[in-house]
Amino acid sequence: MIVVGIVYSILNGTTSQINSAMFDASTQAVQLVIGFIAVFTFWLGMMEIAKQSGLLEKLTVLSRPILLKLFPELSPKDPALGFIMSNMTANFFGLGNAATPFGLKAMTALQANNPDPSVPTRSMITFLCLNTAALTLFPTTVISLRMTHGAPDPMDIVIPAFLATCFSCVIAITLDRLFYMFTVKRSHRRK
Amino acid sequence: MNTIAAISTFFLPVLVGVILVYALIKKTDAYGAFTEGGKEGIRLSISLLPFLLGMLVAINILRASGFLDAMNQALSPLLIWLSIPPDLLPLLFIRPISGSASLGMVADLTATYGTEHFISRAAAIIQGSTDTTLYVLTVYFGAVGIKKMGRALTIGLLADLAGMTVAILITIWYFT
Repeated sequence: MIVVGIVYSILNGTTSQINSAMFDASTQAVQLVIGFIAVFTFWLGMMEIAKQSGLLEKLTVLSRPILLKLFPELSPKDPALGFIMSNMTANFFGLGNAATPFGLKAMTALQANNPDPSVPTRSMITFLCLNTAALTLFPTTVISLRMTHGAPDPMDIVIPAFLATCFSCVIAITLDRLFYMFTVKRSHRRK
Repeated sequence: MNTIAAISTFFLPVLVGVILVYALIKKTDAYGAFTEGGKEGIRLSISLLPFLLGMLVAINILRASGFLDAMNQALSPLLIWLSIPPDLLPLLFIRPISGSASLGMVADLTATYGTEHFISRAAAIIQGSTDTTLYVLTVYFGAVGIKKMGRALTIGLLADLAGMTVAILITIWYFT
Protein backbone atom coordinates (compact mmCIF):
# COMPACT_ATOMS: atom_id res chain seq x y z
CA MET A 1 0.00 0.00 0.00
CA ILE A 2 2.77 2.43 0.94
CA VAL A 3 4.69 1.67 -2.25
CA VAL A 4 1.59 2.14 -4.44
CA GLY A 5 0.85 5.42 -2.67
CA ILE A 6 4.36 6.79 -2.98
CA VAL A 7 4.80 5.81 -6.63
CA TYR A 8 1.41 7.27 -7.48
CA SER A 9 2.16 10.51 -5.66
CA ILE A 10 5.43 10.98 -7.55
CA LEU A 11 3.56 10.49 -10.83
CA ASN A 12 0.77 12.74 -9.65
CA GLY A 13 2.92 15.47 -8.07
CA THR A 14 1.41 15.12 -4.60
CA THR A 15 4.59 14.31 -2.67
CA SER A 16 4.22 17.30 -0.34
CA GLN A 17 0.86 15.97 0.88
CA ILE A 18 2.56 12.63 1.56
CA ASN A 19 5.07 14.24 3.91
CA SER A 20 2.42 15.64 6.17
CA ALA A 21 0.20 12.55 5.81
CA MET A 22 2.90 10.27 7.22
CA PHE A 23 3.40 12.26 10.39
CA ASP A 24 -0.26 13.12 10.85
CA ALA A 25 -1.01 9.42 10.75
CA SER A 26 1.68 8.66 13.33
CA THR A 27 0.28 11.26 15.72
CA GLN A 28 -3.19 9.91 15.11
CA ALA A 29 -2.03 6.39 16.02
CA VAL A 30 -0.51 7.60 19.29
CA GLN A 31 -3.70 9.46 20.17
CA LEU A 32 -5.74 6.35 19.42
CA VAL A 33 -3.54 4.27 21.71
CA ILE A 34 -3.89 6.80 24.53
CA GLY A 35 -7.66 6.49 24.16
CA PHE A 36 -7.25 2.70 24.21
CA ILE A 37 -5.32 2.83 27.48
CA ALA A 38 -8.26 4.50 29.20
CA VAL A 39 -10.92 2.16 27.82
CA PHE A 40 -8.90 -1.06 28.03
CA THR A 41 -7.73 -0.46 31.58
CA PHE A 42 -11.26 0.13 32.78
CA TRP A 43 -12.96 -2.73 30.92
CA LEU A 44 -10.27 -5.33 31.40
CA GLY A 45 -10.31 -4.44 35.09
CA MET A 46 -14.07 -4.99 35.19
CA MET A 47 -13.68 -8.18 33.20
CA GLU A 48 -11.13 -9.52 35.66
CA ILE A 49 -13.58 -8.97 38.53
CA ALA A 50 -16.28 -10.82 36.58
CA LYS A 51 -13.82 -13.62 35.89
CA GLN A 52 -12.60 -14.04 39.45
CA SER A 53 -16.10 -13.89 40.93
CA GLY A 54 -17.27 -16.62 38.54
CA LEU A 55 -19.87 -14.42 36.83
CA LEU A 56 -18.20 -14.70 33.46
CA GLU A 57 -18.27 -18.48 33.59
CA LYS A 58 -21.97 -18.50 34.44
CA LEU A 59 -22.81 -16.30 31.46
CA THR A 60 -20.65 -18.40 29.19
CA VAL A 61 -22.65 -21.51 30.04
CA LEU A 62 -25.78 -19.80 28.72
CA SER A 63 -24.30 -18.89 25.35
CA ARG A 64 -22.28 -22.08 24.95
CA PRO A 65 -24.64 -23.99 22.61
CA ILE A 66 -24.61 -21.27 19.93
CA LEU A 67 -20.94 -20.44 20.26
CA LEU A 68 -19.85 -24.06 19.98
CA LYS A 69 -21.75 -24.36 16.70
CA LEU A 70 -19.86 -21.35 15.35
CA PHE A 71 -16.51 -22.43 16.77
CA PRO A 72 -16.39 -26.23 16.47
CA GLU A 73 -12.65 -26.22 17.19
CA LEU A 74 -13.05 -24.98 20.75
CA SER A 75 -13.64 -27.23 23.73
CA PRO A 76 -16.68 -26.33 25.88
CA LYS A 77 -14.30 -25.36 28.69
CA ASP A 78 -12.26 -22.92 26.60
CA PRO A 79 -11.87 -19.58 28.43
CA ALA A 80 -12.04 -17.76 25.09
CA LEU A 81 -15.79 -18.48 24.89
CA GLY A 82 -16.57 -16.05 27.71
CA PHE A 83 -14.64 -13.25 26.05
CA ILE A 84 -16.16 -13.99 22.64
CA MET A 85 -19.62 -13.78 24.17
CA SER A 86 -18.86 -10.47 25.94
CA ASN A 87 -17.42 -9.03 22.76
CA MET A 88 -20.45 -9.98 20.67
CA THR A 89 -22.92 -8.70 23.27
CA ALA A 90 -21.15 -5.33 23.48
CA ASN A 91 -21.04 -5.08 19.68
CA PHE A 92 -24.70 -5.95 19.45
CA PHE A 93 -25.64 -2.96 21.61
CA GLY A 94 -23.39 -0.66 19.57
CA LEU A 95 -20.80 -0.30 22.34
CA GLY A 96 -17.69 -0.56 20.20
CA ASN A 97 -15.47 0.88 22.93
CA ALA A 98 -16.30 -1.89 25.36
CA ALA A 99 -16.31 -4.57 22.68
CA THR A 100 -12.69 -4.12 21.58
CA PRO A 101 -10.95 -5.00 24.89
CA PHE A 102 -13.15 -8.11 25.25
CA GLY A 103 -12.36 -9.09 21.68
CA LEU A 104 -8.65 -8.71 22.29
CA LYS A 105 -8.88 -10.90 25.40
CA ALA A 106 -10.63 -13.50 23.26
CA MET A 107 -7.80 -13.33 20.73
CA THR A 108 -5.18 -13.74 23.46
CA ALA A 109 -7.07 -16.75 24.85
CA LEU A 110 -7.29 -18.30 21.38
CA GLN A 111 -3.60 -17.63 20.74
CA ALA A 112 -2.68 -19.52 23.92
CA ASN A 113 -3.88 -22.76 22.28
CA ASN A 114 -2.45 -22.00 18.86
CA PRO A 115 0.05 -24.67 17.71
CA ASP A 116 1.74 -22.17 15.35
CA PRO A 117 1.60 -18.65 16.84
CA SER A 118 2.45 -16.94 13.55
CA VAL A 119 -0.60 -18.32 11.70
CA PRO A 120 -4.20 -17.54 12.72
CA THR A 121 -6.33 -20.52 13.78
CA ARG A 122 -9.68 -21.38 12.27
CA SER A 123 -11.52 -20.01 15.31
CA MET A 124 -9.63 -16.71 15.13
CA ILE A 125 -10.65 -16.26 11.52
CA THR A 126 -14.29 -17.04 12.28
CA PHE A 127 -14.23 -14.64 15.20
CA LEU A 128 -12.74 -11.83 13.13
CA CYS A 129 -15.17 -12.41 10.29
CA LEU A 130 -17.99 -11.93 12.76
CA ASN A 131 -16.34 -8.78 14.06
CA THR A 132 -15.70 -7.17 10.70
CA ALA A 133 -19.30 -7.87 9.68
CA ALA A 134 -20.31 -6.14 12.95
CA LEU A 135 -23.66 -7.52 14.02
CA THR A 136 -25.17 -4.39 15.57
CA LEU A 137 -28.65 -3.66 16.77
CA PHE A 138 -27.94 -0.06 17.47
CA PRO A 139 -25.35 1.89 15.42
CA THR A 140 -24.82 4.60 18.03
CA THR A 141 -22.46 6.94 16.16
CA VAL A 142 -24.63 7.19 13.05
CA ILE A 143 -27.76 7.82 15.09
CA SER A 144 -26.12 10.63 17.03
CA LEU A 145 -24.86 12.06 13.74
CA ARG A 146 -28.39 12.07 12.31
CA MET A 147 -29.63 13.59 15.54
CA THR A 148 -27.16 16.50 15.34
CA HIS A 149 -28.23 17.14 11.76
CA GLY A 150 -31.82 17.49 12.93
CA ALA A 151 -33.43 14.32 11.57
CA PRO A 152 -37.10 14.19 12.63
CA ASP A 153 -36.71 10.51 13.47
CA PRO A 154 -33.01 9.67 13.78
CA MET A 155 -33.85 6.06 14.66
CA ASP A 156 -35.64 5.33 11.37
CA ILE A 157 -32.48 3.70 10.02
CA VAL A 158 -32.23 1.14 12.85
CA ILE A 159 -34.38 -1.56 11.24
CA PRO A 160 -32.89 -1.40 7.72
CA ALA A 161 -29.36 -1.19 9.15
CA PHE A 162 -30.07 -4.23 11.29
CA LEU A 163 -31.32 -6.18 8.26
CA ALA A 164 -28.19 -5.22 6.31
CA THR A 165 -25.84 -6.17 9.14
CA CYS A 166 -27.58 -9.55 9.58
CA PHE A 167 -27.14 -10.19 5.91
CA SER A 168 -23.42 -9.36 5.89
CA CYS A 169 -22.96 -11.53 8.97
CA VAL A 170 -24.59 -14.51 7.27
CA ILE A 171 -22.40 -13.90 4.22
CA ALA A 172 -19.27 -13.71 6.39
CA ILE A 173 -20.07 -16.97 8.19
CA THR A 174 -20.93 -18.74 4.94
CA LEU A 175 -17.75 -17.54 3.22
CA ASP A 176 -15.71 -18.51 6.26
CA ARG A 177 -17.16 -22.05 6.13
CA LEU A 178 -16.67 -22.33 2.36
CA PHE A 179 -13.07 -21.10 2.51
CA TYR A 180 -12.37 -23.51 5.34
CA MET A 181 -13.85 -26.49 3.50
CA PHE A 182 -11.92 -25.56 0.40
CA THR A 183 -8.55 -25.34 2.16
CA VAL A 184 -9.14 -28.57 4.07
CA LYS A 185 -9.94 -30.42 0.85
CA ARG A 186 -6.86 -29.05 -0.80
CA SER A 187 -4.54 -30.11 2.01
CA HIS A 188 -6.11 -33.59 1.91
CA ARG A 189 -5.35 -33.91 -1.77
CA ARG A 190 -1.75 -32.97 -1.17
CA LYS A 191 -1.40 -35.90 1.17
CA MET B 1 -37.38 2.23 19.11
CA ASN B 2 -37.01 4.21 22.32
CA THR B 3 -36.80 1.01 24.31
CA ILE B 4 -33.79 -0.04 22.28
CA ALA B 5 -32.20 3.35 22.91
CA ALA B 6 -32.91 2.97 26.61
CA ILE B 7 -31.39 -0.52 26.75
CA SER B 8 -28.27 0.78 25.02
CA THR B 9 -27.73 3.63 27.48
CA PHE B 10 -28.54 1.52 30.52
CA PHE B 11 -26.49 -1.45 29.46
CA LEU B 12 -23.04 -0.34 30.60
CA PRO B 13 -23.92 1.16 34.02
CA VAL B 14 -26.10 -1.87 34.79
CA LEU B 15 -23.33 -4.22 33.67
CA VAL B 16 -20.79 -2.51 35.94
CA GLY B 17 -23.31 -2.67 38.82
CA VAL B 18 -24.07 -6.35 38.28
CA ILE B 19 -20.37 -7.27 38.13
CA LEU B 20 -19.64 -5.44 41.38
CA VAL B 21 -22.69 -6.76 43.26
CA TYR B 22 -21.93 -10.31 42.16
CA ALA B 23 -18.32 -9.93 43.29
CA LEU B 24 -19.57 -8.60 46.63
CA ILE B 25 -21.86 -11.60 47.12
CA LYS B 26 -19.11 -14.05 46.18
CA LYS B 27 -16.65 -12.14 48.41
CA THR B 28 -14.14 -11.65 45.58
CA ASP B 29 -11.24 -9.22 46.03
CA ALA B 30 -12.79 -6.81 43.51
CA TYR B 31 -10.19 -4.07 43.80
CA GLY B 32 -7.28 -6.47 43.47
CA ALA B 33 -8.86 -8.07 40.42
CA PHE B 34 -9.60 -4.67 38.88
CA THR B 35 -6.00 -3.45 39.14
CA GLU B 36 -4.71 -6.78 37.87
CA GLY B 37 -6.91 -6.63 34.77
CA GLY B 38 -6.21 -2.93 34.33
CA LYS B 39 -2.47 -3.51 34.19
CA GLU B 40 -3.01 -5.91 31.36
CA GLY B 41 -5.11 -3.26 29.61
CA ILE B 42 -2.19 -0.83 29.61
CA ARG B 43 0.24 -3.43 28.32
CA LEU B 44 -2.18 -4.48 25.58
CA SER B 45 -2.86 -0.91 24.38
CA ILE B 46 0.82 -0.01 24.16
CA SER B 47 1.65 -3.20 22.29
CA LEU B 48 -0.86 -2.22 19.62
CA LEU B 49 0.91 1.04 18.74
CA PRO B 50 3.38 -0.24 16.11
CA PHE B 51 0.66 -2.19 14.24
CA LEU B 52 -1.79 0.69 14.31
CA LEU B 53 0.81 3.26 13.35
CA GLY B 54 2.02 1.26 10.38
CA MET B 55 -1.51 0.71 9.09
CA LEU B 56 -2.59 4.34 9.54
CA VAL B 57 0.54 5.66 7.81
CA ALA B 58 -0.06 3.34 4.86
CA ILE B 59 -3.71 4.36 4.56
CA ASN B 60 -2.95 8.06 4.84
CA ILE B 61 -0.23 7.87 2.21
CA LEU B 62 -2.58 6.10 -0.15
CA ARG B 63 -5.24 8.72 0.45
CA ALA B 64 -2.96 11.75 0.24
CA SER B 65 -1.40 10.52 -3.00
CA GLY B 66 -4.77 10.80 -4.71
CA PHE B 67 -4.76 7.11 -5.58
CA LEU B 68 -8.12 6.46 -3.94
CA ASP B 69 -9.73 9.37 -5.79
CA ALA B 70 -8.38 8.04 -9.05
CA MET B 71 -9.88 4.62 -8.31
CA ASN B 72 -13.19 6.29 -7.58
CA GLN B 73 -13.18 8.02 -10.92
CA ALA B 74 -12.25 4.90 -12.77
CA LEU B 75 -15.14 3.00 -11.22
CA SER B 76 -17.91 5.58 -11.37
CA PRO B 77 -19.26 4.55 -14.85
CA LEU B 78 -19.85 1.06 -13.45
CA LEU B 79 -21.83 2.48 -10.55
CA ILE B 80 -24.00 4.66 -12.74
CA TRP B 81 -24.74 1.57 -14.78
CA LEU B 82 -25.79 -0.19 -11.56
CA SER B 83 -27.94 2.87 -10.74
CA ILE B 84 -26.05 3.54 -7.53
CA PRO B 85 -25.59 7.30 -6.99
CA PRO B 86 -21.89 8.12 -7.63
CA ASP B 87 -21.90 10.31 -4.51
CA LEU B 88 -21.93 7.12 -2.45
CA LEU B 89 -18.88 5.63 -4.16
CA PRO B 90 -16.09 7.21 -2.08
CA LEU B 91 -17.91 5.98 1.01
CA LEU B 92 -18.01 2.41 -0.28
CA PHE B 93 -14.24 2.56 -0.71
CA ILE B 94 -13.29 4.25 2.52
CA ARG B 95 -15.67 2.35 4.81
CA PRO B 96 -13.56 -0.83 5.21
CA ILE B 97 -10.35 1.23 5.43
CA SER B 98 -11.00 4.08 7.84
CA GLY B 99 -13.89 4.49 10.25
CA SER B 100 -13.34 8.17 11.03
CA ALA B 101 -12.93 9.15 7.37
CA SER B 102 -16.11 7.34 6.38
CA LEU B 103 -18.03 8.85 9.29
CA GLY B 104 -16.84 12.24 8.04
CA MET B 105 -18.23 11.42 4.61
CA VAL B 106 -21.59 10.39 6.05
CA ALA B 107 -21.71 13.70 7.95
CA ASP B 108 -20.82 15.53 4.75
CA LEU B 109 -23.52 13.79 2.68
CA THR B 110 -26.09 14.33 5.43
CA ALA B 111 -25.23 18.03 5.55
CA THR B 112 -25.43 18.34 1.76
CA TYR B 113 -28.64 16.42 1.10
CA GLY B 114 -30.53 16.74 4.40
CA THR B 115 -31.39 13.85 6.67
CA GLU B 116 -34.39 12.60 4.71
CA HIS B 117 -32.69 12.21 1.33
CA PHE B 118 -32.11 8.73 -0.08
CA ILE B 119 -28.33 9.29 -0.27
CA SER B 120 -27.99 10.35 3.37
CA ARG B 121 -30.07 7.41 4.54
CA ALA B 122 -28.16 4.92 2.43
CA ALA B 123 -24.89 6.41 3.71
CA ALA B 124 -26.02 6.14 7.33
CA ILE B 125 -27.11 2.54 6.83
CA ILE B 126 -23.84 1.61 5.12
CA GLN B 127 -21.89 3.21 7.95
CA GLY B 128 -24.03 1.59 10.62
CA SER B 129 -24.23 -1.91 9.25
CA THR B 130 -20.55 -2.58 8.51
CA ASP B 131 -17.31 -2.19 10.39
CA THR B 132 -13.84 -0.93 9.49
CA THR B 133 -12.50 -4.31 8.38
CA LEU B 134 -8.87 -3.32 7.95
CA TYR B 135 -8.75 -1.59 11.33
CA VAL B 136 -10.44 -4.48 13.16
CA LEU B 137 -8.02 -6.97 11.63
CA THR B 138 -4.99 -4.80 12.43
CA VAL B 139 -5.96 -4.34 16.04
CA TYR B 140 -7.11 -7.92 16.72
CA PHE B 141 -4.23 -9.66 14.99
CA GLY B 142 -1.84 -7.03 16.36
CA ALA B 143 -2.84 -7.91 19.91
CA VAL B 144 -1.54 -11.47 19.47
CA GLY B 145 1.33 -10.52 17.16
CA ILE B 146 0.05 -12.32 14.05
CA LYS B 147 1.20 -10.61 10.88
CA LYS B 148 -0.45 -12.92 8.37
CA MET B 149 -4.10 -12.00 8.01
CA GLY B 150 -4.77 -14.74 5.49
CA ARG B 151 -8.31 -15.44 4.42
CA ALA B 152 -9.81 -13.26 7.17
CA LEU B 153 -9.06 -10.19 5.03
CA THR B 154 -10.60 -11.68 1.89
CA ILE B 155 -13.73 -12.78 3.73
CA GLY B 156 -14.04 -9.48 5.57
CA LEU B 157 -13.83 -7.43 2.39
CA LEU B 158 -16.19 -9.70 0.44
CA ALA B 159 -18.73 -9.58 3.26
CA ASP B 160 -18.37 -5.78 3.32
CA LEU B 161 -19.05 -5.61 -0.39
CA ALA B 162 -22.12 -7.82 -0.04
CA GLY B 163 -23.29 -5.94 3.04
CA MET B 164 -22.96 -2.52 1.42
CA THR B 165 -24.76 -3.62 -1.74
CA VAL B 166 -27.58 -5.02 0.35
CA ALA B 167 -27.60 -1.86 2.48
CA ILE B 168 -28.33 0.20 -0.64
CA LEU B 169 -31.01 -2.23 -1.86
CA ILE B 170 -32.66 -2.29 1.57
CA THR B 171 -32.68 1.51 1.65
CA ILE B 172 -34.45 1.61 -1.70
CA TRP B 173 -36.97 -1.01 -0.55
CA TYR B 174 -37.57 0.34 2.95
CA PHE B 175 -37.87 4.06 2.27
CA THR B 176 -39.75 4.16 -1.04
